[in-house]
Amino acid sequence: MYNQDFFFQALIYLLAAVVSVPLAKKLGMVSVLGYLLAGILIGPFVLGLVGQEASDVMHFAEFGVVLMLFVIGLELEPSLLWKMRKSIFGLGGLQVLFTSVVIAAVALVFGFQLNRAVGIGLILALSSTAIVLQTLTEKGLIRNIAGKSAFSVLLFQDIMVVPILAIIPVLAAFNAPGNLADTQLDKLTGVAALPGWAQLLVIIAAIAAIILLGKFVSKHIFRFIAETNLHEVFTAMALLLVIGIALAMDAIGLSPALGTFIAGVVLADSEYRHELESTIDPFKGLLLGLFFISVGASINFLLFIEDPFRIVGYVLLLVFLKFLVLLVLGRFFKLKKGYEFLFAFLLAQSSEFAFVLISFSRQSQLFEEKTGGLLLLVVTLSMALSPLLLLFNEKAVSPILARWQNKLEYDDVEAQEKPIILAGFGRFGLAVGRLLLANGFKVTIIDNNPANVEVLRKFGFKLYYGDVTRPQVLENAGIANARLLILSMAEYDNALKVAEFVRKKFPEVKILARAKDIYHAFEFIKLNVNTIQREMFNSGLELGTKALEHLGFARYEAHRSARFFKHHEDEVFMELYEHWLEDHSHFVKETRRFSEQLSETLMAEKNFSIHEADCAWDVESVREEAKASLKINEKK
Amino acid sequence: MNRILIEFAHPAIQKSRINRQLIDMVKKLDYVTVNDLYENYPDFFIDVKKEQQLLLNHDIIIWHHPFYWYSAPAILIEWMDLVLEHGWAYGEHGRILEGKSVLSVISTGGRREVYSKEGRNQYTMNEFLVPFKQSANLCRMEYLPPFIVHGAHTIKNSEIDAYAVQYKKVLNILGRGDIDKIEMKKAAYFNDLIE
Repeated sequence: MYNQDFFFQALIYLLAAVVSVPLAKKLGMVSVLGYLLAGILIGPFVLGLVGQEASDVMHFAEFGVVLMLFVIGLELEPSLLWKMRKSIFGLGGLQVLFTSVVIAAVALVFGFQLNRAVGIGLILALSSTAIVLQTLTEKGLIRNIAGKSAFSVLLFQDIMVVPILAIIPVLAAFNAPGNLADTQLDKLTGVAALPGWAQLLVIIAAIAAIILLGKFVSKHIFRFIAETNLHEVFTAMALLLVIGIALAMDAIGLSPALGTFIAGVVLADSEYRHELESTIDPFKGLLLGLFFISVGASINFLLFIEDPFRIVGYVLLLVFLKFLVLLVLGRFFKLKKGYEFLFAFLLAQSSEFAFVLISFSRQSQLFEEKTGGLLLLVVTLSMALSPLLLLFNEKAVSPILARWQNKLEYDDVEAQEKPIILAGFGRFGLAVGRLLLANGFKVTIIDNNPANVEVLRKFGFKLYYGDVTRPQVLENAGIANARLLILSMAEYDNALKVAEFVRKKFPEVKILARAKDIYHAFEFIKLNVNTIQREMFNSGLELGTKALEHLGFARYEAHRSARFFKHHEDEVFMELYEHWLEDHSHFVKETRRFSEQLSETLMAEKNFSIHEADCAWDVESVREEAKASLKINEKK
Repeated sequence: MNRILIEFAHPAIQKSRINRQLIDMVKKLDYVTVNDLYENYPDFFIDVKKEQQLLLNHDIIIWHHPFYWYSAPAILIEWMDLVLEHGWAYGEHGRILEGKSVLSVISTGGRREVYSKEGRNQYTMNEFLVPFKQSANLCRMEYLPPFIVHGAHTIKNSEIDAYAVQYKKVLNILGRGDIDKIEMKKAAYFNDLIE
């Protein structure tokens, strides 16, 4: 009976996830929002497929957060973490301090007692590790400067859960004078029950144990298991490791997430890192999804309906206060160019840890039932709001900022009257740009990958973050008077779009373009692009030349052969272009495109002989003539 | 009008004073074709078929280059190697260039007196140019006395101007075919004929 119930629950949750997440993705939202919506949908207030047990599921699914931190730890090398210490303790510490002070102050204004106000401030100051990290990974922002800062803050908040758990009973003691405080203290378990110095010792000992085990013992265990070649045993071991650490941490009252994170960092250097990551990843994903669904399902709409405007007001106020503090801190810690907004929007919600802390506060009688329920609702709604905030940032805030900043940057480059614009500074553009820079040209480089921009700026390249498909960006860069526009980006369709736009509006600008293959090149030729370079052809030829050398060709012979081939190819290319112009109305499917191209090229090549090259160095005819004249002389 | 083809070879035209000015002076003449070898074949991959067709379309060939190691820059030698094929330009059946004329137009750093038995270079320009002369002969072409700009390192701008005007005059004479064959045979330099 229980089993049936379990499978029915599983069916509902999985179905909800499978239906709503792809839908959310299609609509351009992060998966978190999809899960939340699914939760609301199956929750007691819409379809009622799941009921009160949603909060149990949530507790179970919180383990997804623990797994996530383990995986993130695996991706972080200790050296990198050490580099982040400033932002973890500086930015993270100040965020928790200021946010809790501000929220506590507002709570005071709303008429809460000081101790309760402080409690509320501390609980709501935390942000959601689950939502933020999931979003960062999904959007590939984890290495972005705003993402890293957000991650530092979250890490510090994770550490703070422990002291906050210890403080809550103390705060509760101020509620009603008497011996309530004593009874509360008795209830404390684990580290929180110990005096401060002992707490610190236990924490240090626990962390040291994890590091030592991870560094010196785990290697042997993993090797032993890997040698059995049984993958499921490896999976079991990986889960065992994480669950073991989580339980141990829980037992001493530390945050399990923090413990597994440290374990992950320790194992980041090990040779089993990738194996561990790919093993844990699916569990992490599913449990997190489950967690978000259960958050959605446990939103108490009854409480909401009682006074919807007040609740919405609270949520907005909370998010606004957190956002403000984050924005100011982000600026203070040198986040610029829209990254401070991304950072602030990322962390403006409340944390899943708040669920734990709120229920603990209720037990400690810091809050009444009602306040606790209200807080839970506000926290949940702020989490649900989070993906929407990011969407807002992406669609509304950052374009405005980008336009505004491009203006500013344009002012910087205005000195260049006839700019050379290089769009795309990845593997291809880098070579182009470096050559031009080495020859003393000033190049206006635009790239749409923030991570690239960040790194290359560090190396002294003058680089602008922007999307050249937006006419405004090109115009600000001075396209009207550009000497050259070099399209070296890998977004082939966008490159065509830009070329078309520029040809139409600024017909005199010279365009040089990187083409994917011959069909892409043909499109460029049709647009009257001045120079086209197929991205793979030359390097393929280079390797072919090396192959000829290995096959016994003299190096110069191999080189000449490749040059001859290349010049021949240029002729074939134009021939094929004529064909293409005639019948390019017939649609070539992307997958068939290459084979089509191959057969056409080979057809055109049928009558081609590379032996026509360098005839003058072939002395055969001279020798024959010399022999013939020798014979005549002999006759004489 | 004879059609004149200038096979021009200078690997760093942007650094040249004399040759650039000479070429600029004549490149607009309608009976003159300037074939800038380094510009057309930066990778030394000379299009033999195209070059041979160019030769066929002209009556007078000019090898115009600075004097490098008492000879021509590498690409002109490469051009000779590849374009003047056996059986086409020379050899028993290679008669296709027969009757055309060849003129060397050369700039040198040293002054004229340096190129003499007593001078630092020990040989005259005409002696140094024997390989070019004989190459022309092998292809059954007539090798004209060279037009030479001496003292390139120390030359004044006004002198370059004068040489440029002379160059144009030379081409004009060649274009019209207005040459006294006997006088020409006697002259060491083409320069001497137009003074």
